Amino acid sequence: MIQSRSWLRTPLLSILLLIVWLLLVRSMAIGHILLGGFLSIIIPLVTRRFWDVQPSVKKPWLLLRFVLRVLADIIVANLEVAWLIVNPWRRLKPAFVEYPLMLEERFTITLLANTISLTPGTVSANLRMDGKTLLIHALNVEDEEALIEEIRERYERPLKEIYEC
Amino acid sequence: MLDTALWISLALVVMALLMNVYRLAIGPSLPDRLLALDTMYVNSIALIVLLGLWLNTKTYFEAALLIAMLGFISTVAVCKYLLRGDIIE
Amino acid sequence: MTLYVILEGVIAFFLVAGGIFAFIGSLGMAHLRDFYMRLHGPTKATTLGIGCTLAASMLYFWVTEGKPDIQEMLITLFLFITAPVSAHLLAKTGLHQQLKYVKKTSGSPHELRREEVGEKPVPHPDKGHG
Repeated sequence: MIQSRSWLRTPLLSILLLIVWLLLVRSMAIGHILLGGFLSIIIPLVTRRFWDVQPSVKKPWLLLRFVLRVLADIIVANLEVAWLIVNPWRRLKPAFVEYPLMLEERFTITLLANTISLTPGTVSANLRMDGKTLLIHALNVEDEEALIEEIRERYERPLKEIYEC
Repeated sequence: MLDTALWISLALVVMALLMNVYRLAIGPSLPDRLLALDTMYVNSIALIVLLGLWLNTKTYFEAALLIAMLGFISTVAVCKYLLRGDIIE
Repeated sequence: MTLYVILEGVIAFFLVAGGIFAFIGSLGMAHLRDFYMRLHGPTKATTLGIGCTLAASMLYFWVTEGKPDIQEMLITLFLFITAPVSAHLLAKTGLHQQLKYVKKTSGSPHELRREEVGEKPVPHPDKGHG
């Protein structure tokens, strides 16, 4: 290994793996902690080749706010979509929207696409090859510009602030 | 009250599963069927959790976890196959 | 005593909400008219439904056994992470197979225009991570 501490290059991932392991075996015995610790060091090493470089979190408190906002949005917007589905007098206006991306890193684009898919009404369908536009399918759109603007303000700008700037 | 709620929930989930089967049977295209299958996985997790509540046991959570993982992996594998004609490149 | 009644009410509420969301997600999949619209129901409403059901179960075992067990959170977390990924892949598959979409859909992505893709879809040319 070139770097001296390369066996622990992703401490967050290791800690997460350890926690998941302990939750899975549902025990805090010392043997399980040792085995989990061993696995959580080995697995990142073995799978290292598959990982993209992850940009570091610049502003953790903003990340927390972002996560809470997305959770609230999921619930509120789910109710809206549920109403759209069951309402018999609805007039759905589905649309394909091309969303010009402002983000550049692969990891943050992935996060944005997942957020868009989780908030109902929109599914990210395709990331164009050049990585500049995201194709979104929306269930009911009145105004495409407004949708793009909303995604940009609510999700993309915070993500850019958290990770990239 | 809990019993009633459990019954209502079970009935709703079973109806959801029936609709999935309907879509799985008629689905005009392959991705439609795939989507129905994916939803069926998720709904069956709900069914298993409800069963665990009904029998008052936690034994079934491992099963639910396994279904969640295998369902995701198989959906991704079939999608990859339809997209690229190959799963592992 | 009243605490238990309230807790029971909360658990019952979560159970019914979970059932309703799962039902609505599947309903959307069963009766909407094209594949891209059908994609919306299951991936999100159903996921939230499972989240509610698991929350109810967690709360129930917490109350009956007296100590919290967050193992169920693992399933919820896992589903919330994987649902958008499989939705994205399914949408990509639909685009790749050029499934028809309803007439009133506005916007036409160039992935679906016949003159640009040709009669037979070709494999995605990007390398890796595709």
